[in-house]
Amino acid sequence: MSENGSKPKFAMYWAAACGGCEIAVLNIHEKILDVDANFEIVFWPVAMDAKYKDVEAMPDGSILLTLFNGAIRNSENEAIARLLRRKSQILVAFGSCACQGGLPSLANLGTSQALFDAAYDGPSTDNPQGVRPQPQWAAPEGQLHIPEFYPAVKTLNQVVPVDYYMPGCPPESPQIAAVIDLVLQVLGGKAALPPPGAVIGAGDSTVCDECKRARNEKKITQFVRIQDVQPDPALCLLEQGLLCNGPATRSGCGALCPMAGALCVGCYGPAEGVLDYGARLMTAVASVIDSTNPAEIERILDGIPDPAGAFYRFNMGGSLLRAGRLPRKSKVAHEP
Amino acid sequence: MTEQFEPVIIGFTCNWCSYRAADLAGTARIKYPPNIRLIRLMCSGRLDPTFVLQALASGADGVMITGCHPGECHYLEQNYKAMRRFLLLRRMLTQMGIEPQRVKLVWASAAEGARLAQEITAMVEEVRALGPLNWGKVEVPAFSPHPSSLKEEVPA
Repeated sequence: MSENGSKPKFAMYWAAACGGCEIAVLNIHEKILDVDANFEIVFWPVAMDAKYKDVEAMPDGSILLTLFNGAIRNSENEAIARLLRRKSQILVAFGSCACQGGLPSLANLGTSQALFDAAYDGPSTDNPQGVRPQPQWAAPEGQLHIPEFYPAVKTLNQVVPVDYYMPGCPPESPQIAAVIDLVLQVLGGKAALPPPGAVIGAGDSTVCDECKRARNEKKITQFVRIQDVQPDPALCLLEQGLLCNGPATRSGCGALCPMAGALCVGCYGPAEGVLDYGARLMTAVASVIDSTNPAEIERILDGIPDPAGAFYRFNMGGSLLRAGRLPRKSKVAHEP
Repeated sequence: MTEQFEPVIIGFTCNWCSYRAADLAGTARIKYPPNIRLIRLMCSGRLDPTFVLQALASGADGVMITGCHPGECHYLEQNYKAMRRFLLLRRMLTQMGIEPQRVKLVWASAAEGARLAQEITAMVEEVRALGPLNWGKVEVPAFSPHPSSLKEEVPA
């Protein structure tokens, strides 16, 4: 409770997101009642009706905690990120998209033109009039605007300062519940906030550390795809030639995917101390390729048809290069 | 007078071979262009692809990775690891729209000062011909659905 007796304010927003983060929050089950008992929810477009102008009318810094999920894809996302930054004391980048760009930032590999072509003229699209979204439109009732589409997807901290990062696609519900418990303890004066910029609701090791599969010395002679093989249930997936992202990915999920026989796809983002997620993963994977012959190495690498997509699946927006450069036809070089 | 584009190339050299090759080139007064900035590593196996990405993202026009000839690594076989990382990294960079000529792997022993100088000279000319990389400084042209041009800088 704050000094004047009213409850501290809570907000949650989705930018370029799928809604999975909101579902993960609701998946904390009865803990959501604690949220409601201890916070006044002032803005949460998925769960309640509130308008942007209501937020604009609030005094700056009046929201205690904002969980911001989704990447910055367009001018509306950025405007709301700036608005919520101004209104919030604690802004959390919530989920892979807000932290690292997530899957939407894979669009950074191509051009916006190609993206619009795929969406509005793709083989599964029925668009006989060739309709394309227009940022402005003169309707009889007046000029209409829609948000401007950015050439590249950004992470939240590329547009506003962020206090904490909570990775995951989505963040695991027990981790969310633990963070809520922590916040309640902080409010009750029983705990201190983590240092600014910290990653919360996750571990500081790698997914491999949490994975119970047996690990031996890795020697990869061939990469295979999960749909083409029946993986050994007890052996490390990477050892079996499956491109598991565990070695570069932050722990915190409990290694759910590899334990269930699916590849780690890296949604928890770079492990502690890793500057560039894909670079760390490339280092790990290339090291265990079992060949010293360039032609043979190239043949083994042919088993990874889309390296940029495979190594940056959830982490392109937050990577060092952030986006592809040219609308060129990408032809992978094979000459030694 | 028109100014010639002078590329900036970051060179990662191995303490035991290529760094000494560069030293030998200096001692022997062999000239190579000043466009390359050498950074000494203990071994090419120390080369984390992050270094290459950081160099390119921070304004370098090219990166040269050098190490001992295969079979001659001071640490037995770390140069093979460097080679595998390089071959994988190059595939990824190609997808990102970075020409393969901008990132090179060169083997040079401590005795090959002249050869290293030659490789550096050749790479500087190749990258000069490609032009600046300018990562993070290129404006993306407006595209048809949105005629109002986006002035904003994008990372690429």
